[in-house]
Amino acid sequence: MIRTDGLTKRFNGFVAVDKVSFSVGEGESFGFLGPNGAGKTTTIKMLTTLLPPSEGRGWVAGHDIVKESDAVRDRIGIIFQDPSLDERLTAYENLYIHAILYGIGRKEAKTRIEKSLTMVELTKVKDKVVKTFSGGMKRRLEIARGFLHMPSVLFLDEPTLGLDPQTRRVIWEYIRGLKDTFNVTLFLTTHYMEEAEHSDRIGIIHKGKLIKVDTPDNLKKALGGSAIILQATETNTTKLVSAGIEAIREDSVLVVKTEEVDDTIKRMAKVGADLRGISVKQPTLEDVFINLTGSAIGDESGDSMEVIRTAMRMRRMR
Amino acid sequence: MKTRMYAFFRGTYIIWLRDFKRLLKDKHQLYGSFARPILWLVFLGMGLRPIFNETEGFDYVQYIFPGIVVMTLIFSGMWAGISVVWDREFGFLKEILVAPVPRTSIVAGKVAGGATQAMFQGIITLMFAPLVGVSLSVVMVCQVLGVMLIISLALSSLGLVIASRMYSYEGFGTISNFIIMPLFFLSGAIYPVHTLPKWLKLMVSVNPVTYGVDLMRSAVLGISAFSVTMDIIYIVGFGVVMGALATILFRRY
Repeated sequence: MIRTDGLTKRFNGFVAVDKVSFSVGEGESFGFLGPNGAGKTTTIKMLTTLLPPSEGRGWVAGHDIVKESDAVRDRIGIIFQDPSLDERLTAYENLYIHAILYGIGRKEAKTRIEKSLTMVELTKVKDKVVKTFSGGMKRRLEIARGFLHMPSVLFLDEPTLGLDPQTRRVIWEYIRGLKDTFNVTLFLTTHYMEEAEHSDRIGIIHKGKLIKVDTPDNLKKALGGSAIILQATETNTTKLVSAGIEAIREDSVLVVKTEEVDDTIKRMAKVGADLRGISVKQPTLEDVFINLTGSAIGDESGDSMEVIRTAMRMRRMR
Repeated sequence: MKTRMYAFFRGTYIIWLRDFKRLLKDKHQLYGSFARPILWLVFLGMGLRPIFNETEGFDYVQYIFPGIVVMTLIFSGMWAGISVVWDREFGFLKEILVAPVPRTSIVAGKVAGGATQAMFQGIITLMFAPLVGVSLSVVMVCQVLGVMLIISLALSSLGLVIASRMYSYEGFGTISNFIIMPLFFLSGAIYPVHTLPKWLKLMVSVNPVTYGVDLMRSAVLGISAFSVTMDIIYIVGFGVVMGALATILFRRY
């Protein structure tokens, strides 16, 4: 459904996206994970024909993003990072305009709008002006709009940015529900680890480069499984050595990396290790990210423009 | 080809419809359209009336009336541009840019929206005609409406050209003031221009609004400095050039 070959975007010598190649299959949900400024939004802009690539090529739903941009626009839907609703119109009017823009007939538009409003539970407020909506309600409306014309591929650029955790969870339930109903291929970007987790495959992007693409499980497995953590007492150290279990000392704890957690704990118990306060830590995508890029995702503080943009966004969402 | 044409009309229609719906909801615009003629005709016109006796046999307020109608059209035409800048700032423009409609329909839809707004406000200003002692027959009203339409289409296109490279609302305000005011003052709308120094006269003669005011004046009062044909050619020509320019500028998005 999506394929890119060496996709590159330069802005005045600064390389925002650097020779990115990947492909996404039909019905798949593919997540781009990376900090602010990693090149996620620029990639989406190129794939959605809003920005011409400096180099490389891309195909969406079988059409070249540069040479057949009209055909691409016919087949995609986008949920932007920043709000893109007409706040002075009602929820229904926003959806109606979208439907006509995408060439859906009036009658068909009406039934689809009613249906999608029901799915995101906005039917009650459909004739209210969008300005009066909460941030979460606006997002739900945008999501309903993104699915309205039944695109082959739906792009979601940080769909839950600036929302509180509870709203974020609800939004994702709607997205998944709509995806399953319409069998849409999803391409999403996020810097929330727990959201990336739900994608079929994840592409880790850092400083414009696509570092790794794999399923969340495989990415975590590549880190060497789970970590068993127990107190770093003298007895524990010697007992583990006697059992032939390799452990790394970190401050006051011992960390044992293993893929067979149960078995390893049984062996520890057999040699009489002190298991008080034992804990098992599954690797997270955060760990994967740190391991691959050498920095935590939250570390990258956005530049001052980004801070202002975020503040503006919050203001508009109110 | 046929589907392209369909997409063009569909896009133009829906972009116009959206602006029209917003217009109907905007009460401030409505108050403004009543306030502006009062401000210029009554506060300015009545005040300056005793000073002017060079107004071709008409009362001063009557003399400036066609110019005030055109001024309303200038402001509304610029509104077409403002709405684009506004859409860009609030993100709605992206929704249109990624939709499967050609960029030309954005220009056409916005020009149509601006012209609708201009016609709406122009008609409100026209309702002040009896108040200043200008009587219009039905035929004359139809002529005036026709004149209003071509002027507002041309000025909306100008508004879009300015807006195509403007990224902030404040910036547009500044630039459009630099353009609106000279266009208006140097058009002969509020004073006769034949006493002006030569270099200013030259500026008046290249100003498209001059021909709009002249055409409007001939439709309302029956007096004009140029021939009606020349006025129409100049305004329509200006509109076509601006429309084409706006289309080119918006294509390179």
